[in-house]
Amino acid sequence: MKKTKTVNQQVPSVDGKGIMMGRPAFTDDLTPRNALVIKVLRSPHAFAKITSIDTSEAERIEGVELILTHKDFKRNAYTRAGQGYPEPSPHDKFVLDEYVRYVGDEVAAVAAVDEATAEAAVKAIDVEYEKLDPVLDFETAKDNDTLVHPEDDIYEMFPIGFDPKRNVAASYHMEVGDVEKTLSESEITVENTYYTQAQAHVMLEPHTVNAQLDYQNRLVLISATQTPWHVRRILSQTLEIPLSRIRVIKPRVGGGFGGKQAIHGEMLAAAVTMRTGQPSRLTYTREEVFESSYTRHPMRMTIRMGAKRDGTITSIDFHGLSDTGAYGEHALTVYMVTGSKVLPLYNKVDAVRFQGDIVYTNHVSSGAYRGYGAVQGNYAVESTIDMLAEKLGMDPFALREKNMMLENETSPIFEIMGEGTEGTAMVMESNKLDYCVARGKELIGYDEKYPRRETGESKVRSIGGAIAMQGSGIPYIDMGAATIKLNDDGFYNLTVGATDIGQGSDTILAQIAAEQLGVAVDKVIVYSSDTDLTPFDVGAYASSTTYVSGNAVLKAARSMRRMVIDEAARTLDVNAEDITFEGEVFKVEGSAPLTLSDLSNRLYYNEDQKQLTTTGSYYGTKSPPPFMAGFVEIELDTETGEYEILEYASVVDCGTTINPALARGQVEGGLMQGIGMAAFEDVEYSKKGKMITGDLLNYKIPTNLSVKKFTTEFADSYEESGPYGAKSVAEIGTDTPPAAIANAVYNAVGVRIDSLPITPEKIQKAMNDKKENDV
Amino acid sequence: MKINQLKQVETLDEAYRLLNEDRRNVVIAGGAWLKMSSRTVETGIDLSNLSLDYIEETPEALRIGSMTTLRQLETHAGVRALYKGMLSTSISQIMGVGLRNLVTIGGSIIGKYGFSDVLPALLAMETSLVFHSQGEIPLEDFLESKGRINDVLVSINIRKKKGVGYFKKVKQTALAFATLNIAVSRSEGLYKIAIGSRPSVATLAREAMEEVNLAESVDDETIARAAEHATSLKFSSNPSASEDYRAILARVYTGRGLKEVRDCED
Amino acid sequence: MKISLTLNNRPKTFDVAPDEYLVDTLRRYGYTSVRRGCDTTSCGVCTLLVDDKPVPSCAFLSARADGARLTTVEGIPETASKLAEHFGERGADQCGFCNPGIALAVHSMEQSGMPADDATIDHYLVGNLCRCTGYQSQREAIKAYLGDKK
Repeated sequence: MKKTKTVNQQVPSVDGKGIMMGRPAFTDDLTPRNALVIKVLRSPHAFAKITSIDTSEAERIEGVELILTHKDFKRNAYTRAGQGYPEPSPHDKFVLDEYVRYVGDEVAAVAAVDEATAEAAVKAIDVEYEKLDPVLDFETAKDNDTLVHPEDDIYEMFPIGFDPKRNVAASYHMEVGDVEKTLSESEITVENTYYTQAQAHVMLEPHTVNAQLDYQNRLVLISATQTPWHVRRILSQTLEIPLSRIRVIKPRVGGGFGGKQAIHGEMLAAAVTMRTGQPSRLTYTREEVFESSYTRHPMRMTIRMGAKRDGTITSIDFHGLSDTGAYGEHALTVYMVTGSKVLPLYNKVDAVRFQGDIVYTNHVSSGAYRGYGAVQGNYAVESTIDMLAEKLGMDPFALREKNMMLENETSPIFEIMGEGTEGTAMVMESNKLDYCVARGKELIGYDEKYPRRETGESKVRSIGGAIAMQGSGIPYIDMGAATIKLNDDGFYNLTVGATDIGQGSDTILAQIAAEQLGVAVDKVIVYSSDTDLTPFDVGAYASSTTYVSGNAVLKAARSMRRMVIDEAARTLDVNAEDITFEGEVFKVEGSAPLTLSDLSNRLYYNEDQKQLTTTGSYYGTKSPPPFMAGFVEIELDTETGEYEILEYASVVDCGTTINPALARGQVEGGLMQGIGMAAFEDVEYSKKGKMITGDLLNYKIPTNLSVKKFTTEFADSYEESGPYGAKSVAEIGTDTPPAAIANAVYNAVGVRIDSLPITPEKIQKAMNDKKENDV
Repeated sequence: MKINQLKQVETLDEAYRLLNEDRRNVVIAGGAWLKMSSRTVETGIDLSNLSLDYIEETPEALRIGSMTTLRQLETHAGVRALYKGMLSTSISQIMGVGLRNLVTIGGSIIGKYGFSDVLPALLAMETSLVFHSQGEIPLEDFLESKGRINDVLVSINIRKKKGVGYFKKVKQTALAFATLNIAVSRSEGLYKIAIGSRPSVATLAREAMEEVNLAESVDDETIARAAEHATSLKFSSNPSASEDYRAILARVYTGRGLKEVRDCED
Repeated sequence: MKISLTLNNRPKTFDVAPDEYLVDTLRRYGYTSVRRGCDTTSCGVCTLLVDDKPVPSCAFLSARADGARLTTVEGIPETASKLAEHFGERGADQCGFCNPGIALAVHSMEQSGMPADDATIDHYLVGNLCRCTGYQSQREAIKAYLGDKK
């Protein structure tokens, strides 16, 4: 790789200081002081039909400005998913509906002068429900007597297997080769079924939005969203407001992880402000974030794997079932990624099949969540690989090394499976998985420590690992754009649609621009995501920003560089080719140098005045996967099943790291969410379908004591199609912990935990059962 | 929670009178747990002006004002010296430092919270509570009492004895409620075992205590029998753990705790 | 009811309800660096220094702050700025929603002269949740900041 000054260098984030110093930044910091407070009356029942709503008492409370019920909205089915359009998610949701489909579903909304008044009014609304039998077990959802969506005015945008009369939100099937035949001919086969749980995103900033009408009488929303353009489009289509009358501003966002890809309070805030003319605000309580936003899709996955005795894997059969909850956001696409971003890892098989249904239940809706299916699939496949290795009498990483996809190889799955549609064939031009595995083994001390060592009375230490891949945006769908503007004094504005939600994209996009323009990062003032002011971007999801938006920035910066050189040539009256330009000074042999600052001052004040501005846009024609190998060392208490994570070592191939420190932050943050999912995070419901883990006292996320040590390294890798060789790094960290920890537990005490989370209680019980069976 | 009015009382008498005047009146200690309840409080009785945040040490006892914060206790040299710091250890594992700066020892006791980490440690020592009207009663009696508390807790007395202690909180993360917590102590040749978060409120494991206290020598076999007795306490299931698993944890950690305090020098 | 206090060393008088908490009072008066995270004292986002001690402002009754000395992150600009530089060097600043709370906790740690070792930092900061970083980069940054100050 060519030597770089800014890219792949340690550069502090552009916004870290202001945020740390407490500057107003987040949506709720920017809410107009006189905004009406919106509070939502939510369903106490898992499934019910509203037979009457009496708002008269609530309307009489002084300070109540508006109450909205399903009677106030035209029935326009939509999806909150916040995906490319037309969406691969069914349009199965109404702003407010006469049916409520989970505990926490919206019944009515109150807008009042303050929180206390709004809360009092919510309590004063009298609703009568006809309670219906809910579907609370996703394994019995298909063809259940209860239909979660009995209504007829819902639809799919294109075929996704949508069959609401069978409680099926989407369905998928693909097969390469003949799996049944290959399996039956396999010398060794293994089969196991895995369950993954609902996981909550727990971004620390709750879902927050405010709305107001500006002096042009346009609707302006400030929203904590990952997808401002999707928000604008969905609002326009659903509330029937012309797109040109809506502006969505994304300020600083306090974490998203997929949870803010979908729209949440935006619809009600927009409706309140449109009807009252007054500014409004809707901030979810933490309980609402848990009960009334999204979780990760719970799944059941049955894997059958066949191999030759020499360790050649010949076939994989993946049969799953996914619980989309009350609404079908991301139902098909998350499930497809469960296969498409896991199965290509073993590309040498003769046959592979992937199929399953995604079913409706009366649980809180499942949605996009970092990892997006890949983490579920990885757990199932990478656990099974270890089982197969044991049956073969092979080291599990020797088995992986023998079968995994390498550089310049491909998998037929890429062409078959996209996200909701067909995929795109591609060859792995950058894939350092072999290095990642070898280096990861060194870092964790695999050869010395695998599989286990006794470390004291009732203590054992063990190693487990897994490999993973993800993607970099969705080819031919995800698009990003960037505009660069030259200012007097010679600094630039970079405006991007790409949505910084805390992952640091403003910083790395500024670095890409600064590198190409040859200036320091502080000469590139970055501003992200305002549907009026910045160019389009689909948003922060699908690990797309570095690769897709980064390429758009690179194109814009290349173009701006040409533009300033052309202007300098005109000013100096020389040919552009004769100019040497690093970024700050235009040099021509035999004449005095011209600085960019002087050039720009002339352009804006003195001669041949003009504004220099240029826009670049980009969509991927492939989605180069990042790869990683993750290894965990645990210490397990053989009496209680409790275990401690001593070290998580990972080696990641994400191409060039634009900002190594931020890339490390993405990997370790992703790992920690994967570890939470693997070890203890669990959204749980009562028998009646009420979430019983709806606050941070009862839903546990990792703390600073949850992992003793992360060791994180990056492979030396360069992806030709990426900006300065970069691929994505946002999601891949999430993928390996469930399988790695399950494998480590197995290596410690010989029990395979095939449902998440892997709790001490499950381990202890499995050890006990094993002991009884052995006797 | 809704509080219609907040009264910063000037005397304990006033607090006592207000508490008994209206059943909807409540003494507000740190206020953290009360916040989680959905009740409406008529008058919140605030004791912050009564100088009840003190730790006094006499040769025989530690006298702790009921409004002393957990963080004050955790970092107090006298508390840290008691039973090898068993109480400090238990407190140091409760949520974060910020919360411990807010939460008081009085509030932590009076709520009889099942998840309480201080109660097992206090039970495994000799602790009594001093109420404004009722006077001094042993902590154990208070925990077994039923009904609304119509009295104002003034101080907590812990007998200063030469002894050693062990505290274990089994938990899913550092901020989680205990799956089970246990305190084991040995003082003047007598062992105490208190187990909490069963998930109901902490209690002494009397059968297990008897097993060791009546034994001629506390060898590993005695401890194993005592640990087995600990499983006969009442445990139940909640999302953190099942009844059976709690019983297993009680057995394992009773055994480990007994061994540790047996082998620990005074 | 009216309360008088000092906020970042300036005298202030606020009108508060008996069941109002400091996080709400401060936000209502425009001090938006104190943010709501969880409503259950579990996350540390709303951390505020009351008489130099960190507390969750979501559970501190405003009426009880009469006469108190409150400090928000705006009151410790030097600490916040320096700490931000250390966070920046290690990529420890992601969404930053939790950062003002962390800065206040670190400031309090520094003021009370605690050792800057991993165990002390972890113990003191365990109540300040972060969902972005995985904590290790934060721990390194805080350690470096406290080390610099010695």
